[in-house]
Amino acid sequence: MALQDAPMTTPQASSPQAYLQGLSRWRTIEIIFWLATLLPFWLFPNYLSLASQIAVAALFALSLDLILGYAGVVSLGHAAFFGVGAYTAGLFAKFVWGEVFTGLIVATIMAALVGYAASFIVARFRHLTLIMITLGMGLLLHEAANSAGWLTGGSDGLQGIEVWKVAGLFKFDLYGTTAYGYSLAVLFVVFLFTRRLINSPFGLALRGIRENFVRMPAIGADSRAHIRKVYTISAAMAGIAGAVIAQTTETVSLEALSFERSADVLVMLVLGGAGRLYGGLVGAAIFLVARDQFSGIAPQFWYFWIGVLLVVVVMLLPNGILGGLSKITARWSRK
Amino acid sequence: MSAVVTPVKTSIALQTRGLSKSFGSLTVANDIALNLPVGARYALIGPNGAGKTTLINLMTGMLAPDKGQIFLGGDDVTALTPQARVKRGLARTFQINTLFAGLNALEAVTLAVAERRGIADRFWQNIAVNKEAIEEAYEILVKLKLGDACYQQTRELPYGRQRLLEIALALATKPKVLLLDEPAAGVPQDESGDIFEVVASLSDDLTLLFIEHDMHVVFRFATHIIVLVSGAVFAEGSPSEIAADQGVREVYLGARKHG
Repeated sequence: MALQDAPMTTPQASSPQAYLQGLSRWRTIEIIFWLATLLPFWLFPNYLSLASQIAVAALFALSLDLILGYAGVVSLGHAAFFGVGAYTAGLFAKFVWGEVFTGLIVATIMAALVGYAASFIVARFRHLTLIMITLGMGLLLHEAANSAGWLTGGSDGLQGIEVWKVAGLFKFDLYGTTAYGYSLAVLFVVFLFTRRLINSPFGLALRGIRENFVRMPAIGADSRAHIRKVYTISAAMAGIAGAVIAQTTETVSLEALSFERSADVLVMLVLGGAGRLYGGLVGAAIFLVARDQFSGIAPQFWYFWIGVLLVVVVMLLPNGILGGLSKITARWSRK
Repeated sequence: MSAVVTPVKTSIALQTRGLSKSFGSLTVANDIALNLPVGARYALIGPNGAGKTTLINLMTGMLAPDKGQIFLGGDDVTALTPQARVKRGLARTFQINTLFAGLNALEAVTLAVAERRGIADRFWQNIAVNKEAIEEAYEILVKLKLGDACYQQTRELPYGRQRLLEIALALATKPKVLLLDEPAAGVPQDESGDIFEVVASLSDDLTLLFIEHDMHVVFRFATHIIVLVSGAVFAEGSPSEIAADQGVREVYLGARKHG
């Protein structure tokens, strides 16, 4: 049940190398998880738009997990990069052409550039200071997009985006079939990249930063260089998520850059469990399904229930839902 | 750096000149000049608050001196970052365990090896393809008698083994000079010998400076002793010289006898 959870001790691995290789092996539960993501096509054909939103939110949460869960770098302004990706993809489709993959690449590069620039500030600070800095940068970009109404459409949102058929075959339809297929495919590819990254030497260095920031220089590590790098990668991933939402909905609203989006993604990640690769994915699904259900009951008050959920999970399961599940299965298998 | 610097002998592994540091009116390092020859086994002793750890922090760059210079193998490293000094062969351990609690011993030492080999920024390859780095890490762990515990999370290791992992992490940087800040701190006296046996077994070209309070250990393993009092070098010499020094006996050894 514990996705990507390494056993505490492996009985007798044949060699240290084989042991480390074993940690990155695909587990059955992971394969089941990814097969399950295909189920909505048949089980919930009326909810494919929601499923697509979940895939995008999962991708966004995955990008936050990389900096927060693995490197221990907190951010309360991650929507900045989501928004940059969304507006870049939207403007590209509006003014250049509507081909999705080129749009995706341009948006990724743009978000990476902004992330790289920001990383020089981010890598110098930690903890509360960093929360305030990332929050500030997020608000700054939000207002910049708001005042640049001639380009972004301001509070009316960016309209007139026309996206071509994906690969010239699949048209974005009202049912969201193409949207979900596209979002899911992008999520899966980025996930494969992330999975490789966290099992890489660089991934180990990120965990080193999270586990002991003070020790890192004493083993010769340049933590700031590592943080700049991971922050840029994370920003690019957030940009991809933003681009996908712009392309699949053919509109970009200011909400893409909002504080709520930054806060929501943090909640999703904490709900699911940070630093577990699948935490953001599970958290995004729970968060958005809950929002969908709760807002059906009382639209104005759905955050109340999210608040309840968040408080309960954080109090009872400090490592999120996946952390709690892995603890239960560990206890169970010991008996 | 001024131009009137006399050439440093290359047989000196680590040198400090006029190293000074104050926090407000409190002087924690006062004009410290030391020469550690290659392969030395130096002990740094002194009462609590004498500035022993501060001196290590100054040497490794974790603290910036107000005045003075630090030379590593004849090169002025005073302006270098801690990690740059590590890359040049100056490593340290910590008095209070400063380990990667959530990593196992193999991962932690592999990380240190990867950083030294310059492969720690490779995000595109699985860690397991770096066979040589992993084997090197494992050999260090075996040498420090941690081979059988290397898949255990650091936070679950017994305290004494965590102290050994402190040293393993430092060794993974392949240091020329190793500064050990109370390597056996907190370890029961009958076990501290084990840790110093490991220290004594380290290569002869490695230059060692260790802080230690237990005088039996100091006299057994050190070839040279530096006595630090109130941030200044109070006395320096061979163990027999220090043992015979009346001043040292009064300020340090005498006081310890009752403490």
